[in-house]
Amino acid sequence: MPAIRALIIDDSSVMRKIVERSLRQAGVNLTQVLEAGNGAEALAVLEQSQVDLILCDINMPIMDGLEFVKQLAGVSNAKGVPVVMITTEGSESHVVQALSCGARGYIRKPFTADQVKEHVLPVLAVKT
Amino acid sequence: MKSANDILAVSKEHADWIPLLEISVREVFELMLGCQLKHLEATPEQGLDITSMVGLAGQLCGVLSVRSSKESAALMAYKMLGAETDANSQEVRDAFGEICNMVAGNFKNKISGLGEGCMLSVPTVVTGNDYSLHSLTDSPPLEVRLQFEDRPLIISLEVS
Repeated sequence: MPAIRALIIDDSSVMRKIVERSLRQAGVNLTQVLEAGNGAEALAVLEQSQVDLILCDINMPIMDGLEFVKQLAGVSNAKGVPVVMITTEGSESHVVQALSCGARGYIRKPFTADQVKEHVLPVLAVKT
Repeated sequence: MKSANDILAVSKEHADWIPLLEISVREVFELMLGCQLKHLEATPEQGLDITSMVGLAGQLCGVLSVRSSKESAALMAYKMLGAETDANSQEVRDAFGEICNMVAGNFKNKISGLGEGCMLSVPTVVTGNDYSLHSLTDSPPLEVRLQFEDRPLIISLEVS
């Protein structure tokens, strides 16, 4: 697996750490992990940095995950970067909405490292 | 699986949601903390000095709360993060709030048709035990009493 840079977006710093650990347990070779507490912060991070993978919560203050994915289309640094949603919102309509906004995967909390592996590795394989 | 409207129409008391609530809690602890919970017979009078709450709004309105001791919450954070954390730290409160958030999300996802009709607030965490929680709901609270590492863990759902 090639080395990648990931951006993890969640308003919980604990959850950001858990997602990072799960990525490593899933065998993702992380060279750099950037973090943001909401969609607006994430857009600011992406103005300065390039990443290979984005994992994003939905329910966040200031800018939620769905709005972030919509606005991501206008960020030149993020063209083609896969986004996987990781969220407690598990309804079909949320999944459809996220995927129609441009997300490439969807993981429901609570989750295991195996579920992260199952949903993240395929989108990285497509990208590479 | 019954739809949310079916369940709301059949049971005003929502007592049939208790097993769903308990499964929701158990799944969060098994998947995110790697531990099994045991039953607890009675709610202890003292020692529950941290509470996390998530509000529900929409088709289902109310509050879901999780109560334990701060020491238990620190142990939960340790199991989630793999690193020891002071019981009074922001990290422990964050972890405890996320547990409540995941329980609430997992619970509503188990009721067919409710997911998109019920929104969750961000978690609120209260420390200390000299307070009373008054939810403006018209049903008695549903309570699940469990033990996390032999320490009490009380989950309450008050819905209208």
